[in-house]
Amino acid sequence: MQEQGTEMKFKILLSADSIPSVGPGSVGPRSVETAGVGTGALARPSRAQLGSYRRSLRLQIRSTRCLHAAVLAAAVIILAGAGDDSARFKDLGHRMMCVCGCNQILLECNHVGCTYSDKMRDELQASLDKGANNNDDLILQGFVQEYGPTVIAAPTTTGFNRVAWIMPFVALALGIAFVIFVVRSWKNRPTPALADGIVMPQGSELDEFRRRARKETDQ
Amino acid sequence: MSQIGSFALMLALGLSAYSFLAGLLALFNRNAASARLGETARRAGIATFAAVLLAAIVLVAAAFNDDFSIAYIFHHSNRDLPAAYKFAVLWSGQEGSLLFWSLLLAGYGFVLRLRYKTDQRLFAYASMIIAAVQVFFLLILNFAAHPFAVMQGGLPPDGTGLNPLLQYPEMVIHPPMLYLGYVGFTVPFAFALGALIMKYPGEKWIHITRRWTMVTWCFLTIGVFLGAHWAYAVLGWGGYWGWDPVENASLMPWLTGTAFLHSVMMQEKRGMLKVWNMSLIFATFLLSMLGTFLTRSGVISSVHAFAQSAIGTWFLVFIALTMAVCTYFLIANRSHLKSEHKLEALVSRESSFLFNNLLLLTVCFTILWGTFFPILSQFVQGHKVTVGPPFFNRVAIPVALLLLLLTAVGPLLAWRKTSIESLKRNFLYPAVGALAVGGMMILFGVRPWEDPSYFYATMAAVLSALVIFTVISEFLRGGRVIAGKTQRNLFSAMLQLCHRNTRRYGGYIVHFGVALVVVGILGTPFNKEVEKEMGFGDKIFIGPYTLVCQSYTQDDNPNYGNEWAIISVFRGGKQITTMYPERRFYKASQQPQTLPRIYPSFREDLFLVNDVYLVYEGKNETTGRPIIKAHLNPLVPWIWIGLIIMVFGTIVALVPNAAAVQVAATTPVRTPAHAGAGD
Repeated sequence: MQEQGTEMKFKILLSADSIPSVGPGSVGPRSVETAGVGTGALARPSRAQLGSYRRSLRLQIRSTRCLHAAVLAAAVIILAGAGDDSARFKDLGHRMMCVCGCNQILLECNHVGCTYSDKMRDELQASLDKGANNNDDLILQGFVQEYGPTVIAAPTTTGFNRVAWIMPFVALALGIAFVIFVVRSWKNRPTPALADGIVMPQGSELDEFRRRARKETDQ
Repeated sequence: MSQIGSFALMLALGLSAYSFLAGLLALFNRNAASARLGETARRAGIATFAAVLLAAIVLVAAAFNDDFSIAYIFHHSNRDLPAAYKFAVLWSGQEGSLLFWSLLLAGYGFVLRLRYKTDQRLFAYASMIIAAVQVFFLLILNFAAHPFAVMQGGLPPDGTGLNPLLQYPEMVIHPPMLYLGYVGFTVPFAFALGALIMKYPGEKWIHITRRWTMVTWCFLTIGVFLGAHWAYAVLGWGGYWGWDPVENASLMPWLTGTAFLHSVMMQEKRGMLKVWNMSLIFATFLLSMLGTFLTRSGVISSVHAFAQSAIGTWFLVFIALTMAVCTYFLIANRSHLKSEHKLEALVSRESSFLFNNLLLLTVCFTILWGTFFPILSQFVQGHKVTVGPPFFNRVAIPVALLLLLLTAVGPLLAWRKTSIESLKRNFLYPAVGALAVGGMMILFGVRPWEDPSYFYATMAAVLSALVIFTVISEFLRGGRVIAGKTQRNLFSAMLQLCHRNTRRYGGYIVHFGVALVVVGILGTPFNKEVEKEMGFGDKIFIGPYTLVCQSYTQDDNPNYGNEWAIISVFRGGKQITTMYPERRFYKASQQPQTLPRIYPSFREDLFLVNDVYLVYEGKNETTGRPIIKAHLNPLVPWIWIGLIIMVFGTIVALVPNAAAVQVAATTPVRTPAHAGAGD
């Protein structure tokens, strides 16, 4: 769960990174607005033209404000993301194992005198301090190079490791198909005959018995 | 002393081998002499218990007498070890725990052989199979992991002591419970295999083994949860389940055992799923063995791998052999396992059991797959990968949520066929209540769309509420009917209802407990933790709590020296308790150990209870100041309450039904039709 939560946060950061490219566009309307005012001062517009112009101006002002708000929001998100190293630390620390042999998640290893976890945590913090260019995958890759592939707490989604993720769902799908097959074959099975000529009630007769039994027990 | 123990073990091996071989001969040669031979086999099986018990008593006595001439005692005890832990020495190491396993198996066999008159032939088969398993364990004990091996060289003055992690009161209870569960599944396995070999007519063997299976399942449940509680209360990382391979190994037979307890009802009531039930009980037994193989073989790294040796190979051979025998008889006698009835409707109890089994087995497969994937990776890629909590959480939790949904809906479905109207009628109020719980969570600030972990938590809350409300509504509905017929008050009527069909309503209580366990788990995404160096008067703020360091103190006893912090816990400006997180240093083993302290806030919160969890982590080497780590774990206490309720429900289900109250029917109804929800 922790893992997935982090991925989502990471996606938000990525989308926030793409927002500044919208920024230069915000200059456009402002320049148009300036041009429009200038034109109006030279050639006196009619009342209808003036109304239309005012509506257009209000629209432009509103859209400008919206863009300002968007840029501000983007800046807040970017800054919040950039400054949120503790969340990244916590997330990455939960995606790695301590390699001392305790078999615990890095940030959960609390073995007294553990020679690895403190060092690894320091290294993780140092990697985060290097700046925004050092993304999560690069940091994890660095740890893999130093401590081997077992340092990552779950199989990656590349190469043969994908099989680890796919197989449980394949098993579930096969299981569902098997259950459906079994249910169908059972449903199509002929009703077993009873000894001594007793006839089992069927269809609506059986439903009527059920209804009456339910009425007796479930008023 | 070691000679007495060794002799007892050798005698036990001889007796169990005789019990197996004589039992086998008696069963396959039907003449007058074979009956007498069979009786001697039964008595030899009983005598095996006495011999193994003697060996176990000798080992415990050696621990109490500090007999360090025995290597096992030297490695797992010391003179100053408290008496309770000296008793626990029996299951604290590999050789001892195998002896303990053998003792429990002999104990189960002893009871089974005393009750042989229930069905002499079936019991003779079961006794023979148990003797075969016993021979396997005694072979290991005598030739591969001897608990009475003598120390080489001079007699050491003191032992190296018990592993500090195991010096905790729960460790005196947890392993016996787990072993009672693991070993106990040998009994239904033996009955199932026996019934298959002899082509036992009818389903009587299921009735005979039902109690064994439920008792065993209950022990395994207690064992698994006590293990989780031990991890929570001793390991000090603030969690209770780390998806460690050995934890997984205990969960797998529990899952298949749970599936068996459900699907076996299909066989009892409808004569269906015979092959499936056989396979499930075989799988449960084999998975129990696999747990020991994982712990002892060293093929998979685990925090539980206290001792590793070559006995893994023994287990591997035994598992392969058992699988071969089971598969052979399943194929050879498959005609005996033909289903007798047809499925009438898709919306029925039968279908719900099929899907319940499918989901339980999918979770089991996921765990098995995740546990063994590192070995597969080593084989295919040339290097191991770690399959840890992120994998299991991501894959198993969605399936577990589906299972929870079935737990709520399943009991509302009738056998054979369920009308949509009755399903709507029974489901409406619980569903509205459950959705209200989800709405309240959102109202209180949980945003399921912001983070998958919050989404899972919300879903888990809604589905647990659905289970709880369904169970309550079932009790109320049945209680009202009885109250109306017998003029009792509702509570008394519900008690009578429960007593009239203990199995069904005991099962509901177990479901209620499971829902509470899920409530306890769903608080995980909201956990908080703060780590800080704390001097006198320093504070930690966590959630609504303020933790103030009052002082530090230390103590010393022959077994360990310790130091602990004295921390006052305030909430809303009022002191609610004082906690003493501790750090010990065990003298014999020269190992340090932290001991967290936990405060469940029932007095302040009742339902939305938190655990305040404090760990004294040690001192900062530079500053010399102690480091305290505080966790705030919401809802965790519900897990342990859920366990108690699950155990209570199992006990209720084991109570025999009271005779049904005779109520005159207002309209005569022909008897053949089975209607309404059964158990």
